[in-house]
Amino acid sequence: MITSISQRRHRARQLLAVLVALLPVAVLTGLASGAVSLGPLQALRALLAGDDGGQAAMIVQQIRLPRVLLAAVMGATLAMSGAAMQGLFRNPLADPSLIGVTAGASLGASLLIVLGGGLLHGFVGLTLVSVGAFVGGVLAVLLVYRLASSANGTSVATMLLAGIAITALTGAVGSLLEFFTDNERLRQISLWKMGGLDGASLPRLALAGVVGGSVLLALPRYAPALNTLLLGESEARHLGIDVNHTKLALIGWVAVGVGTSVALVGTIAFVGLVVPHVVRLWIGPDHRYLLPASALAGAILLVVADTLSRVILAPTELPVGIITALIGVPFFVSLLRQRHHYGMQT
Amino acid sequence: MTVLRLDGVSAAPWGEPVLVDIRLAVAAGEVVALIGPNGAGKSSLLRLIAGDFPASAGTLEFGARTLADWPRRELAQHLAFLPQLSLLNFPYTVEEVVLLGRTPHATGARADREIAHHALTATDTQALRNRLYTQLSGGERQRVQLARVFAQIWDSGDMSGKLLLLDEPTAALDLAHQQQLAGAIAGIAQRGCAVMLVVHDVNLAAAVGSRLLVLDKGRQVASGTPAEVLTPTMFRDLFHADVLVQQHPNGRQPLVIGL
Repeated sequence: MITSISQRRHRARQLLAVLVALLPVAVLTGLASGAVSLGPLQALRALLAGDDGGQAAMIVQQIRLPRVLLAAVMGATLAMSGAAMQGLFRNPLADPSLIGVTAGASLGASLLIVLGGGLLHGFVGLTLVSVGAFVGGVLAVLLVYRLASSANGTSVATMLLAGIAITALTGAVGSLLEFFTDNERLRQISLWKMGGLDGASLPRLALAGVVGGSVLLALPRYAPALNTLLLGESEARHLGIDVNHTKLALIGWVAVGVGTSVALVGTIAFVGLVVPHVVRLWIGPDHRYLLPASALAGAILLVVADTLSRVILAPTELPVGIITALIGVPFFVSLLRQRHHYGMQT
Repeated sequence: MTVLRLDGVSAAPWGEPVLVDIRLAVAAGEVVALIGPNGAGKSSLLRLIAGDFPASAGTLEFGARTLADWPRRELAQHLAFLPQLSLLNFPYTVEEVVLLGRTPHATGARADREIAHHALTATDTQALRNRLYTQLSGGERQRVQLARVFAQIWDSGDMSGKLLLLDEPTAALDLAHQQQLAGAIAGIAQRGCAVMLVVHDVNLAAAVGSRLLVLDKGRQVASGTPAEVLTPTMFRDLFHADVLVQQHPNGRQPLVIGL
C-alpha cells in the first residue's frame, strides 16, 4: 500500500477529531440509558439541573455520572497503557497484563476476599479488595522488573518471560485459594474477575481521575522515545534516548494505571490489547497520534460496553468484560483478515 | 583535525576480551575501512565507539571530550551508527523511518523533511518514500536504514566533527547500489564527515577506504593505505587464503584476486 506521511497524518487527525466528537455522544448515551430510560435531552437537562432537579437528576448525577466517567477514564488508561507496552516490547501482541500486573492484582483481590471474612461487605469491603488488588499488582510488577534487571540494564525479553512465570505462579496460588474457599466467595471472586463498574462512586471516580489523569498525561511525553524504540533498544540509544529511564518510567506508569484500574473495575481484558492494535492498523505506529487516539477509542469502547451491559438484560447487569470482547472481537477479526493491506506481517 | 582517538582501548563486555589495546586516530573527512576474519572484533569496535558497552581499559575521545562525558542527545547529533541487523517490524512508511533519524535534533519539521529528502536521494530510496517498511526487500530495507543514519548526521554545509559508523552496509546491496553507496560516502567525507565501516569485500574496502584497519582476534594487526595493507602475506597469515594482488587498471588502488 502507498501512503505518504501527509496522508497518514491527515488520517490520524481525522480519526482524533471523530473520536473527540464521539466521546461526549457515548457519555451522554450512557447517562440516558439504564433501568430508567431517559431521552438524550432529558439526560442533559438532568445533568445540568440543580439540587432540586428531581428523581431524574439524582439518577443521572449520583448514580450514572460517576459510573460513566469511571468507565471513560479506565478505558482510556487501559488502552493507552496497552499502546505503550506494545511499543516497549516491540510486539503488537503485548498487553498491559504481560508485566504481571493483572495477575498480581487478581491474587491480591482473591486473598482479601477469601481471608477478609465477614469484614467484606458494602463499601468498606469493596475498598479493601481494591487496596489488595492494587498492592498485589504493583508487587508483581516489581518482582518481574527485579527478575529481568541485571547490571547491564533491564531486558524486555526477560521481562516478558518473567511476567509469564509470575502470572502462572499467581494463577496457581489463586486457584489454590479458590479450591479451598466456600461457594459464596468463589462466586464473589469469579464475578470480580469478570470486571464491572457497579462499584462506581464519587470517591472512586476521584481516585481514578487523579491516577488515570496522571498516566494519560505522562505517557504521551514518551511518544518520541517509543517511536525510536520500535527500531530496537540500541538504535534508540544511538538516537539520544535515555532507554533505561524510558523503560522504567513506562513500566512504572503502566503498573500504577493498570493496577488502579484492576483495583477499581476488576480485570477488563481486551481493551488494552486490541484497541491500540486496531488504531495502529488505521493510522500507523507513530505514537504521537497512536497514544491519544487509543486513549479516546478505549474510553468510548468501555463507556459503550458498560452502557450495553446495563441495558441488554436490564435490570440485571452483565459483566462488562464480556461485552468488550463481544463488540471488539468481530471488528478485530475483520481487520486481521485485511492485514496485508495494512502492512502487518505474518 | 582528529575526530576520534582510541588510546590503548580494551573491552570485555561478556567476560572474555573482545578488543585488546586498540590505538587509533581518525581525522575529519577520513574513511576507515575495517577488515578481518569473522569474529575479529570489527563490529565490536564499532559498537564500543557507539557506546553499546564500556571500555575496560584505555581512553576513548570523541571531539574534544572523553566519549563518556558527552550528553546522550548531543552525541547523537554527531555520531550515527548503522547496525548489521534491523529489528523493525512495525509498518512505518519509509519516510517515517528516515525521519526517526532526526529525533535528536530540534531543527523543525520543515528542515527535517528537507534533510530526509537529501538522505533518500543519497541512498536511491526516493521512489520507496511512501512504501511501508515491512513490505520492502532486504536490500531496500538496508538502504532505508542507511538513509536514516545519513539523515541523523546530515548537514548541507561543513560536516567535520561528525562520525558515521556503518556495520556491513553493503551486505545486502546489489552492485549498482554498492557503487552508489561508495559515492555517497565519498560525498559526505569530502564535507568533513569521518566514516568507519566494516566491509567484507576487500576490493570495495580499498575503493572506499582512505585507510584500512585490519583486526584479528580483537587486536589491531595492520593499518595503512590499501596498497600498504593488502599484501599476499597478510591474506595468507590472517585469512589463510591465497590471493593475487595486482595494480587495479584504474591505477588508484590494489586489486585483490581470489580464485
